[in-house]
Amino acid sequence: MNDVGEATQVVTRDAQPSVPVEVQSRRRKGGLGRYLLTRFLLIFPTILILMTVVFFLMRITGDPITAALGGRLTPDQLAQRVHEAGYDRPIIVQYLEYLGNVLTGDFGTTFSDNRPVLTVLTTYGSATAELVGYAILVALSLGIPLGMLAAYRRDKWQDAVLRVLAILGYATPVFFIGLLLKLIFSVTLGWLPVAGRISTAGEVKMGTIANPSPFYLLDAIRLGDVELILDVVSHAVLPAVALGLLTGGIFLRLVRTNLIGTLEQQYIESARSRGVAETRLVRKHALRPALIPVITVMGMQIAMMLGGAVLTETTFEWKGLGFMLAQYMSSRDYVAVQGIVMMLAVIVAVSNFVVDVVAALIDPRVRY
Amino acid sequence: MSDIAVPGRELAPAHLRDYSGVPRLEIDDLDVAFATDHGDVAAVNGVSLYVDPGEVLAIVGESGSGKTVTARSILGLLPETATAKGVVLVSGTNVVGLSGAKMRAIRGRDVSMVFQEPSSALNPVYPIWWQMAEGLRAHNPKLSKAELRERAVESLRKVGMPDPEHRIDRYPHEFSGGQKQRIMIAMALAMGAELIVADEPTTALDVTVQAEILQLMRDVRDQFGTSIVLITHNMGVVADLADSVAVMYQGRIVERNWATELFARPQHEYTKALLAAVPHVGRNSASAKLTEAQHAELLAGEPVVVATGLEITYPGRLGLPAFTAVRGVDFTIHAGEVFGLVGESGSGKTTIGRAIAGLEPTTGGSLKVLGHEMRGIRERDFKPVRKQIGFVFQDPATSFNPQLTIGECIQEPLEIHARNLSSADRRAKVSAMLEAVELPAAYARRFPHELSGGQRQRVSLARALVLDPKLLVADEPTSALDVSVQATVLELFKELQQRLGFSCLFISHDLAVVDMLAHRIGVLYQGELLEVATGTEVLSNPKHDYTRKLVASLPVPDPVEQARRRAEFHRVAGNDVD
Amino acid sequence: MTDIPVIVHTPDETWWQRLPVVADVRRSVGLQRGMLITGLVLSGILLVTAIFAPLLAPFSWAQTADAAGSFGTQQAPSSRNLLGTTVSGFDVLSRVIWGTRTAVAVIIAAVIASLFLGVLLGLVSGYIGGWLDRILVMLADAIYAFPSLLLAIVMSIVISGGQSSAWGGILSAAISITVVFIPQYFRVIRAETIRLKAEPFVEAAKVVGAPHWRIMFRHIFRNATRTLPLIFTLNASEAILTLAGLGFIGFGIEPTSAAEWGYDLNRSMADVTSGMWWTAVFPGLAIVLSVLGITLVGESMNDLNDPRLRTRRATGRRKKEVSA
Repeated sequence: MNDVGEATQVVTRDAQPSVPVEVQSRRRKGGLGRYLLTRFLLIFPTILILMTVVFFLMRITGDPITAALGGRLTPDQLAQRVHEAGYDRPIIVQYLEYLGNVLTGDFGTTFSDNRPVLTVLTTYGSATAELVGYAILVALSLGIPLGMLAAYRRDKWQDAVLRVLAILGYATPVFFIGLLLKLIFSVTLGWLPVAGRISTAGEVKMGTIANPSPFYLLDAIRLGDVELILDVVSHAVLPAVALGLLTGGIFLRLVRTNLIGTLEQQYIESARSRGVAETRLVRKHALRPALIPVITVMGMQIAMMLGGAVLTETTFEWKGLGFMLAQYMSSRDYVAVQGIVMMLAVIVAVSNFVVDVVAALIDPRVRY
Repeated sequence: MSDIAVPGRELAPAHLRDYSGVPRLEIDDLDVAFATDHGDVAAVNGVSLYVDPGEVLAIVGESGSGKTVTARSILGLLPETATAKGVVLVSGTNVVGLSGAKMRAIRGRDVSMVFQEPSSALNPVYPIWWQMAEGLRAHNPKLSKAELRERAVESLRKVGMPDPEHRIDRYPHEFSGGQKQRIMIAMALAMGAELIVADEPTTALDVTVQAEILQLMRDVRDQFGTSIVLITHNMGVVADLADSVAVMYQGRIVERNWATELFARPQHEYTKALLAAVPHVGRNSASAKLTEAQHAELLAGEPVVVATGLEITYPGRLGLPAFTAVRGVDFTIHAGEVFGLVGESGSGKTTIGRAIAGLEPTTGGSLKVLGHEMRGIRERDFKPVRKQIGFVFQDPATSFNPQLTIGECIQEPLEIHARNLSSADRRAKVSAMLEAVELPAAYARRFPHELSGGQRQRVSLARALVLDPKLLVADEPTSALDVSVQATVLELFKELQQRLGFSCLFISHDLAVVDMLAHRIGVLYQGELLEVATGTEVLSNPKHDYTRKLVASLPVPDPVEQARRRAEFHRVAGNDVD
Repeated sequence: MTDIPVIVHTPDETWWQRLPVVADVRRSVGLQRGMLITGLVLSGILLVTAIFAPLLAPFSWAQTADAAGSFGTQQAPSSRNLLGTTVSGFDVLSRVIWGTRTAVAVIIAAVIASLFLGVLLGLVSGYIGGWLDRILVMLADAIYAFPSLLLAIVMSIVISGGQSSAWGGILSAAISITVVFIPQYFRVIRAETIRLKAEPFVEAAKVVGAPHWRIMFRHIFRNATRTLPLIFTLNASEAILTLAGLGFIGFGIEPTSAAEWGYDLNRSMADVTSGMWWTAVFPGLAIVLSVLGITLVGESMNDLNDPRLRTRRATGRRKKEVSA
């Protein structure tokens, strides 16, 4: 806050002991490799911390078997089952064994339907990946252009409307948006399907492909069947929009704030003083630094979307990890629940790393 | 309407005397108002000026005078909260109220601007030629890339940049501050602007670099007939470069005259006061006032700070090499003595000051402060010494906790070291200190943001002296203040030092300021102490080449004397650009 | 900085005019003012409704009949049940009103621990630095990206084996939010602490020899809390959203224990497919308006404290006088 403007125009010299600019701005090639290696190595402690937290939390109430069947078996039967499954051994032993298993890819076996958790993850993981992918697309294509518009028309009505909409996007829970969208577009207007990933007819067609990929859209394109493609896309629209709106609002506000901040930099004004047009200023000078934070935030958004995916998949009966998670919870299958949550933790850690890498490459402010 | 008399041409500098044509820039009754949280504020009020071809007009004033606003309205670079009324004729077109394509056509082509901070005026991710080309292409979209590069090289050559063909592909961070300003001037020349508006172009530069840039601007005026509107608060710069001067105060022009006339015979009270407040090296010198005997007496005093082979190195991080800020420095500060430490940026002077105050660890040699060896000392052992040391920081805006009142700020040292004092006693001491720094006692209840910069530095002094310390370290205490305010704070400083008799390490980049206060001066350059002598010695008889260059490049607020010194500077420094 | 210096005199302010929210309302203009006031009004309504729920709600949250007989299930809005009834025969309006209590309860539970712990850790870690700081930062980075809903799911299993009483559900949501938000407060306060550590007034205190605790609390802490309002509102909104999310996937609070909007939305999924809108729209709107109100307050306070983002009044009447 500029109360009395006296100090503003005289520049401070040597205000702090500083390393000369030339030394600071030198970025050595070796430094990048070292930085990436450090970030990569950080994945493991991150995952370890999360796994440990989840593991011990889930064991606080006791073992999964007691929690699931506690009321239904006699104490003797219970004790025997627990012993068979090895849940009565010291907790540290169980912990280490679990860690060891995870390293070999064994996330345990589900209780309710006796499948390896890993299989569950691979079968349904792709559905969730697809959903999150579509949602990110929605978020980017809405958030970035609208954010630019808002920054450009700052304090005018377009800006006001957009910012309120962005906040509304955040305030409205994903499932409520989903329900409303369903209500309007599926039930009342009948334009889009109510639930599921694909119609039953489509499912039949899907079965005809030789080497099914995990992604429906990909397969539909490979089959070259336009009607099938439309089928897949129309099922994806509502869930993607529901999940993507929230993140879109976040991107909008991010782009807006950063664009405004960048546009106030001295070098923008310097270029303006040479007669450079406003649109070019935005395009060439302001846009890149403003968009970089979107990428760095992306990692967090993916994590957030994984949480939101649980809700969206439940709303639209989209058979992905989130949906299965809810199912397993209602059948009290805690082994499965633990496995899925662990998997998601791994995904969060890895995506953070990838984002760090990308940010280091393109953001000039990241120093290594 | 302005009632300032237009100065007669008989007194003009030679190259302007015979001009009778249309002025290149004409400002007629300009008013600019800003919308602030407290209503509309008039920043510029009825300003009228004109600038002839080949004339350098300096607009001087302190903060809030409106000089920057005036300058920016020439290019239409005012923020949305500003409203401008009046006439500003640039090459015949009135810029006030102009917008869009018409405004853009004028910017860069008819008038260019050089900004204060060279490091932030260039986009760090594009090479130099690209940024120059951008401006050129905005006015001539048909130019080819080869032509653009050719023009860029040409204009870099004009400003004396060596090896321009290769330099144009470099990025801004590869150039020093002075070189970047050269590049900005080159950009202005490349687009053929006949009028350059320079907003404090040398304020962020070291004194030696400043002298070079001023010379460059003079050459530009002489060789290409460019007119320059120079905004500055530094009267030395005005004396060095300006043909004519307009003095602004609170949005109005109070005096306008040819430079030589203004300095020799100032008419307006404000101008007179301003000129009187500017430190003039050699006048009002502290060391000159002392006799030989008095100097000797000071040197015989008990040593308060002894540095022997002092070395301070910052360790390298993640692949960056270690940086030695201070290397092998020897000096002694005696009781009751004011020791001035002078250097440009990167000299290490602030580092030394901070090391003495215990804010930086020393890594080599020896530094004894009040008998305690600083190297490797533990905080526990140093703490009792702290009450003997006071520190005054450079920036008044951030020297105080915004949540505490002035009284609480001054009281803090008492609360830490003199706990047995009752709160009434403490308040009395605070009042006494406020009185000593010539502020009303009622200010104790105010918050820092309610005071002006000069007032805050006085409070800073009060806080530093409340425990009656033996040593005061002042790090550029007046650099962030307006000239007239600076003069009063320095006077206060001097008076308090003489009365209370504390030793002082006075750090500054400004030799003229240091000369006013210091008994002895040490000159630092890139971590090395080049020479130490009494003030008069250093200024009139410098031994080291760098000191000679430093003294010669310092502009004095007197055009005639400055012209002479300029010749001396060229003799000493040559005209090399790194 | 392109700010053009202008001398402005700050008029003397009374102490209450300087309070954070009041000062912001006075300073704001245009849209930001509208946002702030709307947010305050909505949050106010939430709080007031929660306090006076027994007086405002026509029926209890688990009531299926009154003196005149049973309400009937899935009834459209009528004069008797202003917003209709749910599939189990509860009155929608009452459940919406009683739901405010649950929402406020979860906010309080979620915010208290995370705020204190997060701020304290951030302050200490930022000030001390060193290996403690590095470890804490790693922990914080690991945890804070984790979706709070997943953690809430795990917590709800832990606390109450899934289905829960009122406090079980509230605690699950609250604890999971706490765990995820401590790192948020931590990061923000730590960043501010690090920034403030280098400010001259902190160094001035160091030079004088002030002990560490004095520097941390008197100088750093009091100035580091500038961004807290925003985090607090984010925290509060996340709490409501997570609780609702938990309820939506079926692990919320039993309808007979308390009213919770997420649970109501879960029950309404089937209704929507048959075209019944009142069981979904009203609880959903309640969530939206509550979160909206809180977020608006936080957002606008954040904008107002950042001079770059604050809108200013335009000067009065621009007269463009262009001479020939």
